[in-house]
Amino acid sequence: MATKGINRLTPYMFMAPAAIIMGIALLYPLGYMVYGSFRDWNPSQTIGESEFVGLKNYITLFYDPAFRESLSVTLTFAFAVVFAELLLGVGLALLLDRNIRGMSILRTLFILPMMIAPVVVGLMWRYMYHPTVGTFNRFLESIGLEGVDWLGQHALMSVIIADVWQWTPFIFILSLAALQSLPRSALEAARIDGATPWQQIIHIKLPLMMPVLIVTALLRLIDAFKVLEVILVMTEGGPGLSTEIVALRISRTATEFRELGTAAAMSNYLLILLLLLTLSMFAVTKLQEARAARLARQIQEED
Amino acid sequence: MSYERQNPAFYALLVALIFMAVGPIVLMFANSFKLDVDIISGTSGLLFLPTIQNYETALCDVLWYEPDHIDFCALKFGGAFINSLIIALVSTALTLVIGCMAAYALVRFRFMGRDTASLTTLMVRMVPPAVLLVPVFGLWNNEFCIGKTTWLGSLIRESLGGRGDVCLAGTHSGIILVYVAMNLPFVIWILQSFIVQVPRSLEEAARVDGAGPFQVFFKVVLPLIKPGLAAAAIFTFRIAWNEYLLASALSDRDTKTVPILIVNNMSEFNVEWGVIMATGMLLAIPPIIFTLFASRQIITGMTAGAVKG
Repeated sequence: MATKGINRLTPYMFMAPAAIIMGIALLYPLGYMVYGSFRDWNPSQTIGESEFVGLKNYITLFYDPAFRESLSVTLTFAFAVVFAELLLGVGLALLLDRNIRGMSILRTLFILPMMIAPVVVGLMWRYMYHPTVGTFNRFLESIGLEGVDWLGQHALMSVIIADVWQWTPFIFILSLAALQSLPRSALEAARIDGATPWQQIIHIKLPLMMPVLIVTALLRLIDAFKVLEVILVMTEGGPGLSTEIVALRISRTATEFRELGTAAAMSNYLLILLLLLTLSMFAVTKLQEARAARLARQIQEED
Repeated sequence: MSYERQNPAFYALLVALIFMAVGPIVLMFANSFKLDVDIISGTSGLLFLPTIQNYETALCDVLWYEPDHIDFCALKFGGAFINSLIIALVSTALTLVIGCMAAYALVRFRFMGRDTASLTTLMVRMVPPAVLLVPVFGLWNNEFCIGKTTWLGSLIRESLGGRGDVCLAGTHSGIILVYVAMNLPFVIWILQSFIVQVPRSLEEAARVDGAGPFQVFFKVVLPLIKPGLAAAAIFTFRIAWNEYLLASALSDRDTKTVPILIVNNMSEFNVEWGVIMATGMLLAIPPIIFTLFASRQIITGMTAGAVKG
């Protein structure tokens, strides 16, 4: 009997440390944030001393042009980045899906940018974009063109380029893995039927890769909303509000403007947005699993 | 395995791609060995007299000799580096052990609350650090404290000094706690896909031989998922090593990590490019070494994480 009791407790013993830590340092803080977002709260007070203001923080934010601006900057940044990375990453994967010597070295070099600290990536690009000493403008001037005001006029584009540099390899590696695990028989059949390389890509490779691509894109999209350090180091959100993404605005509202309540409400808006994205990712995977199961059943019935 | 021959344009493209991927890193590496004068005058990209002055300036608080060109050691890089190391290593180790156990429970046992636990883990994976900033700042400074009048609190205050209540903010453990919590969902998620592949029969055989559940876990399952553990360890280390925002909110003068140091030195108007690039390079070196030695594990981990959805 004693062993039976222990057996029933085993899973809970395995789960307990993780559950406790996530409860204390993740779920409780999130609840605390939701609670704080209904209060007029500044860093010198404890949350108990702050005043309850209902939905005021949310409403103020909703009509705040600066917040709307930063929301639209965030959305532009996230979607532009994911679109560009998908295009480049999948393109490169299709191009490099060949049996060549040194492929593993190539992959190693490609994942380097991802592993480097965002702070350092920001630092590198800030140097390269520098109006006078930076690499790009120096190159442009050496071939007789005029320098570009990278982090001024074109700040958002420059920030997007830096992120594309860092994260295209992610999509490249995943789509390459997906490509290499495609059923050989389908490709073989297409080749025998005389499909051109383009036709193979459009009618066979891309549709078969789609499930992985959608999940990868959604993962990247969620991560793109987490970007902060690269932009902080490169532009500090400027010039004006042109690169101030929501994450940066939250941190500025909390530390510079000292309005913790508003910052909490802002965090909540961001969280809701990400929740919707995550849910759509679940929905997509569930749909795919259902379809795969249906296909498998059909094949079985045919046998 | 035979290799296909490709046309020269293909190789040219490869070289261009490698140049684009690695170029900025090499550029930073080169610049970290240049004097500021050389960086700003920029006479030539690769022809310069390399100097380790920047590294000497950065590491002045841990050097055993005093470099001639420094009057006063302003940049406490060595201390920050040690803080970063402690925080990253401890949080990685904790996350792995705890995450591994949780992943095992989720994969191998049917128990009440399993679905809730698994769903919660998946959902909190998307929480960005910026969202945690406000509550963590508030909690770590005001709630997660031991009163200075209590027995333990007065003991800490007497032995370590300082004023006010003893709080988590400003300590290594405070930062480690957030990092462990932040990385757990990801580690649990990625390890699940590795644990599923461990054949059940092996575990049952061990159990028949009289091993308890913990013995089965540590002696049978853990050795079999080593590649998964390696991948998870690298990803966790990377996040804990590179993170800036939460560390900057929670650390004080003595627990600063390297990213904070770099950002603080960047925001000044007159950037000392050479020194800042040397510090950046020092921060980037550990992850670069991991990548070069364990790229296979990283790629396995990445694909396992994404394909499982």
